[in-house]
Amino acid sequence: MWELIRLNRRKSILLFIGMGVTLVLLGYFIGLYIDPQKGGIIGVVIALLITLILNLVSYFSGSKILLTMSNAKEVTPDVHPRLFHVVEEMKLAAHLPAMPKIYIINSEAPNAFATGKDPENAVIAVTAGLLAQMNRDELQGVVAHETGHIINRDIRFLTYAGIMLGVIVLLSQMFTRTMFYSSVGRSRSDSGKGQGQAIILIVAILLAILAPIFAQLLYFAISRKREYLADATAARLTRYPEGLASALEKIASSTQDLEVANKVTAPMYIVNPLKVRGKRVSDLTSTHPPISERIRILRNMSGGANYRNYQEAFSSVRGVKSPIIPGSGMADQEVIGLRAGLTDEEIKFDKRQYNRELGDIMKTVDDYRFIQCPCGLKLKIPPAFPTHEVQCPKCGSIHTI
Amino acid sequence: MSALIVLAIIVVIALYVVGLYNGLIRLRNQVKNAWAQIEVQLKRRHDLIPNLIETVKGYMKHERETLESVTNARTAAMGARTVGEKAKAESQLTGALGQLRIAVEAYPDLKASQNFLALQEELTSTENKISFSRQSYNDQVLMYNNKIQMFPSNIIAGMFNFKQEEFFEVEVPAEREVPKVDFDTKQ
Repeated sequence: MWELIRLNRRKSILLFIGMGVTLVLLGYFIGLYIDPQKGGIIGVVIALLITLILNLVSYFSGSKILLTMSNAKEVTPDVHPRLFHVVEEMKLAAHLPAMPKIYIINSEAPNAFATGKDPENAVIAVTAGLLAQMNRDELQGVVAHETGHIINRDIRFLTYAGIMLGVIVLLSQMFTRTMFYSSVGRSRSDSGKGQGQAIILIVAILLAILAPIFAQLLYFAISRKREYLADATAARLTRYPEGLASALEKIASSTQDLEVANKVTAPMYIVNPLKVRGKRVSDLTSTHPPISERIRILRNMSGGANYRNYQEAFSSVRGVKSPIIPGSGMADQEVIGLRAGLTDEEIKFDKRQYNRELGDIMKTVDDYRFIQCPCGLKLKIPPAFPTHEVQCPKCGSIHTI
Repeated sequence: MSALIVLAIIVVIALYVVGLYNGLIRLRNQVKNAWAQIEVQLKRRHDLIPNLIETVKGYMKHERETLESVTNARTAAMGARTVGEKAKAESQLTGALGQLRIAVEAYPDLKASQNFLALQEELTSTENKISFSRQSYNDQVLMYNNKIQMFPSNIIAGMFNFKQEEFFEVEVPAEREVPKVDFDTKQ
């Protein structure tokens, strides 16, 4: 287990160096273009300063920013007892030092993510649609995948990397835009400056176009690997790969859009929330491995649920021997038997019940209150209800709020 | 000079013994801690059962035997003292609850009752928690027992009367079932 984290850390450092160099080069050439004498150094300093400030901000309140961006609300156990139970179970299974905080996103699109700066301060956020659609085993699989991100230390990495990527994209966009708008005036006054300036300009433009792409490729390459690793961890924690597999299947077949997701937050989700319609996403530019492949790997884990079993399934599905599980994971000798899942009776899906449950979860998150009338009707009281008493429309009895 | 060397050797040996002793104490505390985790969940399950019986009694008029066997298994489990006894009694309780779950299938009204569903969820989660904390308890016991049996810590363990701990082994029927394997997936 520990080497998994160490390996992750080494790769994270490589990634940060790669992104840092890109950032410095970008700052240098933009600065040089603006002021050929001293601009280069100033540009580098400014770029590094922005990164430093953003990293500090992200260390202290990164998860808060991401959660606010995603419109997620922290909830208490009574909102969805099952979700809390499942998280508690995974906390025990993964030996987390503290119970993660739980947030719900009011969206019908099923999805989930984890964030936080360390396992002591972790957050798991799920959408209302996920809660309504998943049965217990599937929910456990999704929560276990997110717990995997927490114990593999992916959450901090993704937050930092996301922010660096953001800075690079921001700088490039600022530069290309000012270039575009000021190009007419500048070309007149600069016309005498000669060839050196023109070369710098070309390099700056090239960098501004290529840097975001390069940074994204780096980011995506590593975030994809982490998805596989989190899947492997989830299978090991739950001893039931089928739970996660069928959850992924349900998420993939969903047609709802997650409105609150954007390019920066997308890699954090269990399944990429930004669907490219009618187009096969190329392997290089996607943040997540193809979902059908993840499902196939999980379903091929017939021997057991440890890391080695996952690697074997991975190799047989991909047809290549490329290692996805680092050395220490492969030394995982512990035999972890698969457990049985829910019966068909327990996982029967009822569309009407689904809609009702979805509505109830979303209303609870929005501070609605519920009153169970003795006649069997459930009254749903909006947060801004004017009076303190309400009459049951079915049996006529009065309830105080 | 030679006295100093002898003294140094004695000090080194003493430090080594202290280290071994402390290591054993730490492992034993970890075992105790892991066991406490299990006990919390076992107690939770025992507390849930009277509620469950109360809820289903009204619906299940013809299942007195099933209900009684659950109650009896609970009483037995609460009376068990050693780890081995508990493991056995808890397995029996799990079995009795399984029987009850099968019986419930015949009562659709009960199955739809919110109260029952909430209890059922509590019970399932408690059982999962027992099985997850059982894994970590057994891991700790294995480490501790290994340490006690292996040289040189076995000498210290013998001197200070460290005893081997029992594993918490329950029969989980689900583990014996063959998992469903599905090779082709729909996109």
